[in-house]
Amino acid sequence: MPKIMSQKEVIAQVQEGSTVMIGGFMTCGTPVNLVRELASRGLHHLTVICNDTGLQGDGIGMLITADAVKRLIASHIGTNPETGKKMIEGKIQVELVPQGTLAERIRCAGAGLGGFLTPTGVGTVVADGKQEMEIDGRRYLLEKALHADVALIKAWKADRKGNLLYRKSARNFNPLMAMAAQTVIVEAEEIVEVGELDPDAVMTPGIFVDFLTKGVSVDG
Amino acid sequence: MDDRQKRVLIARRIAQELADGDVVNLGIGLPTLVGGFIPDGVNVTLQSENGFVGLGPHPAPGEEDDDLVNAGGQPVTILPGGAFFDSADSFAIIRGGHVDVTVLGALEVDARGNLASWMIPGKMVPGMGGAMDLVVGARRVIVGTTHLTKKGEPKLLKKCRLPLTAVEVVDLVVTEMAVIAVEQGTMTLLEKNPNYSVDAIRAATDAHLELSLELRDMDLAGLM
Repeated sequence: MPKIMSQKEVIAQVQEGSTVMIGGFMTCGTPVNLVRELASRGLHHLTVICNDTGLQGDGIGMLITADAVKRLIASHIGTNPETGKKMIEGKIQVELVPQGTLAERIRCAGAGLGGFLTPTGVGTVVADGKQEMEIDGRRYLLEKALHADVALIKAWKADRKGNLLYRKSARNFNPLMAMAAQTVIVEAEEIVEVGELDPDAVMTPGIFVDFLTKGVSVDG
Repeated sequence: MDDRQKRVLIARRIAQELADGDVVNLGIGLPTLVGGFIPDGVNVTLQSENGFVGLGPHPAPGEEDDDLVNAGGQPVTILPGGAFFDSADSFAIIRGGHVDVTVLGALEVDARGNLASWMIPGKMVPGMGGAMDLVVGARRVIVGTTHLTKKGEPKLLKKCRLPLTAVEVVDLVVTEMAVIAVEQGTMTLLEKNPNYSVDAIRAATDAHLELSLELRDMDLAGLM
């Protein structure tokens, strides 16, 4: 059973130098209360894996403002000018990854796969330094699995066993990241008793979840 | 033509390319406008790469839902019959050839169908987002763009200069001047805006332009 605790307590699981996956797409489906706590820790050497860095000062943008991120792996930083500015200043090292490749690299880590072959990025700078293979006449890049120490996940409902439901487009990267990290921390809008969630509807089985924390309703 | 008229002309023309039953991904900006011009009787399913099909219009003021946004982060709705999924499934749909048409903008397109749309070194490095997967995976790639850059330089080139989004992927380019097919290393003028001569369009295009034997005028009805 996952431990249920406050965001302030649970965020101690993230240490200086940790690699942290954070769910969400432009703040939609980002565990903002966990991110806010993490931003207040005074850390400066995190590696963060996420789709994008939200908006300036909002969502994952809070970590950028707090100078918590040393290295960033993301598909898009254009919606948060502060990230681009700090990248140019050399304060953040940014690896840009095509969004589908990012999702699949995370999925591979959770699924015990070393990587996968994708046609995305062939003939572009994304292919630099990567092994290419030709299979049945088509060229592919070898993209490796992406693991993390901690995943910060936003769920709509969780039961006390950690079974999760996500809501609408807030699902995005959350179920993938919940499988790809050593320690999985979930911010749920609602925590219900065991048996209240229909097993047919569960999107992330509770076996992946280590810590549960109750968030404020929708991106509050 | 002012900018709004150009955008309407391009979006409306691209909408004519969509067929009943298509699964379509529309990029941010001008491509999003295409959704407003889909002809009556043509039902398409719009895919949003952040995780659903059945993308609907913007909600009425006060009805926005923070958990339901498009790939640009704007509040949207989902139509009856729509479905949500995670990002891995979303890009399985995209890379797996299950998107019939993707529409996006461009910085440069060249005669081989190479596309540059995601960065200008030293100036603009926002990241590629889902664009690289979309153009590699979609069955048909339609670029909607102004014919020239803001500085008045051609966007349709013999060879792209900027970092590529993908190699040999563009099928059709629609601008305010022309509709151009890109096939086997050749750009062919299919339709022209009647306000421009073939020579004027060629002068605004760095790539060599073949003329279609069935060269037609673009429909400007209601625009001018």
